[in-house]
Amino acid sequence: MLVLSPLLVPLLTAMVTVLFLQHPRLQQWLSLAGAGVFLLCAAGLLAEVYANGSMVVALGNWPLPYAIELLADRLSAVMVMVTAILAVCVLVYHASSAFSAAGAAMLHPLVHGLLAAISGTLLTADLFNLYVWFELALITVLGLLVVHDGLRHLEAGLKYFALNMFGTLLFLAAVALLYGTTGQLNFGGLAAAAQNEALASAVSVYVVLLISAFLLKAAAFPLYFWLPATYHTLPAPILALIGGLVTKVGVYVLLRLMGEVFVDQPQLLYEILGWIAVATMVSGVLGAAYHWDLRRILAFHIVSQIGYLLLAVALSSPGGGSAGLFFMIHNILAKATLFLIAGMMWQAAGHYDLRRIGGLYPSRPLLAILFLVAGFSLVGVPPSSGFWGKFLLVQESFVQGRYAWGGFALAVGVLTLYSMVKIWLEGFWKPHPRGEGAIAASAPSRATYIAVSILVVLLIIIGVYPEPLIDYSITATSMLWQRSMP
Amino acid sequence: MTFLVLLAISVVVAAAVYLSLSRDLFRVIIGLTLLGAAVNLIVFSAGRFATLTPPLLQSAEDVQAAALANPLVRALVLTAIVISFALLCFALVLGARLRTARGSDDTRQMRASEPAAWDPVKPPEMED
Repeated sequence: MLVLSPLLVPLLTAMVTVLFLQHPRLQQWLSLAGAGVFLLCAAGLLAEVYANGSMVVALGNWPLPYAIELLADRLSAVMVMVTAILAVCVLVYHASSAFSAAGAAMLHPLVHGLLAAISGTLLTADLFNLYVWFELALITVLGLLVVHDGLRHLEAGLKYFALNMFGTLLFLAAVALLYGTTGQLNFGGLAAAAQNEALASAVSVYVVLLISAFLLKAAAFPLYFWLPATYHTLPAPILALIGGLVTKVGVYVLLRLMGEVFVDQPQLLYEILGWIAVATMVSGVLGAAYHWDLRRILAFHIVSQIGYLLLAVALSSPGGGSAGLFFMIHNILAKATLFLIAGMMWQAAGHYDLRRIGGLYPSRPLLAILFLVAGFSLVGVPPSSGFWGKFLLVQESFVQGRYAWGGFALAVGVLTLYSMVKIWLEGFWKPHPRGEGAIAASAPSRATYIAVSILVVLLIIIGVYPEPLIDYSITATSMLWQRSMP
Repeated sequence: MTFLVLLAISVVVAAAVYLSLSRDLFRVIIGLTLLGAAVNLIVFSAGRFATLTPPLLQSAEDVQAAALANPLVRALVLTAIVISFALLCFALVLGARLRTARGSDDTRQMRASEPAAWDPVKPPEMED
């Protein structure tokens, strides 16, 4: 039951919030309460898994590998926990009235639907079930994109639909072909069947199809165009939730499938994946350097950070896996914090474009400090959470002799610093183009400060005391890439 | 039989790719739906076409797996059809809404979320 609770609670909350569409105030409290229960369930699951090891639920009382299996191990439990923390912070932030524009009534059911889809993706151990959760995530994100019904939102919705639908169909085709070859959908069953010498070559071909689908979903190098084209049309709190989580979940699935299920793949595949990761890092950070709109800068940084996570997959070792998990947790929190801060900058200074704002440092010093911590975390300045993530990743690349990959990862960090310094100089330091009075107009509410402060405190804790999380990541990913053959 | 299905899937995929690369909004949507249909056929054919015997057992001992059609792929394809139908409905409404809002169904004119650059160096400004 505890394993199912991260799925059931958001689904139930989504249904309940639909019933109270006419009562926005009550709906908001119900939504917040649902997220709180979700957080409690996630914490309970994490504590249980940490104390007593993995928990498995085989639905419908069928024997494995025929039942749909839900699996909570250390890897998925901590990801569910991060999702829940982010959900609570985003909903607290959203409670400030500035973002409750028209259409916000449908927002809460869709947010909780998305949370259920993400928990499902994290917990499932069945390939077809994974597809169903991905479809649920796709349709809720589409709903969140178009809920505001402006021309920009509709166009973003169509672009998101067209490219992600293509990715989903590739994924489904790969699932069907893998099932046709191996006769299995369960992860454990697939892992056993993939060991079969006679099937290995066919499985490899289909695995490449599967990886392409997830590379599209995760916004990797040649297939990321949908992300910077759509994300910036979302309101800041929803942008933080989607931008923080959805693409990372794609990488999480890659990590699990490549590390646990389809372990013995040709070396060439990892070689290609590594260079795709490098290209993703570089192209994302260059796109961010070009843009001046806060949301678009940060959206391109998502792409760039996905490159780091893919590098962890390409390193294909337990060390790479643990670096990837640590980096993913840090990145979800840091990226969401930055999006939330961008929303507060918009509230305080009146625009998302850096050429139109400024002067936030003298008038909003607390906001400036929060941005500085989150920005430095994203760049990886020691001692911040991002530093440890990048340190583990680059260390593992150098240990494996992948000096080029590690070198690119370091160089991209410098360009990330350029972007953050640009936001700092233009948004906080230079005077506001419309004079001092332009800022005092509207202050970000206390709820937004509380939400962002929680996330920033978490980032600081991970940064100055990373030992427990690093240890946890190492044990959580110790089962990845345990090749049976020497 | 397998060859025929293979041929059918290839034709549908070709038509789907042709349509979804078009500039017309509704052709893109129909193209993606056709691609969904082709993928559903792939799911369906993953269960093989060896037999037409329905997978109904008289008793627990009456297990003759090889002689029965695979019921699992039917369940899978049904799920996939339901999901893709919901997405098709959503996409059609979205397309219709876009067409009334924009007054055109040419995808090249969709620049509201990504304004075209007017300066060779600096990016364009968004409206808010």
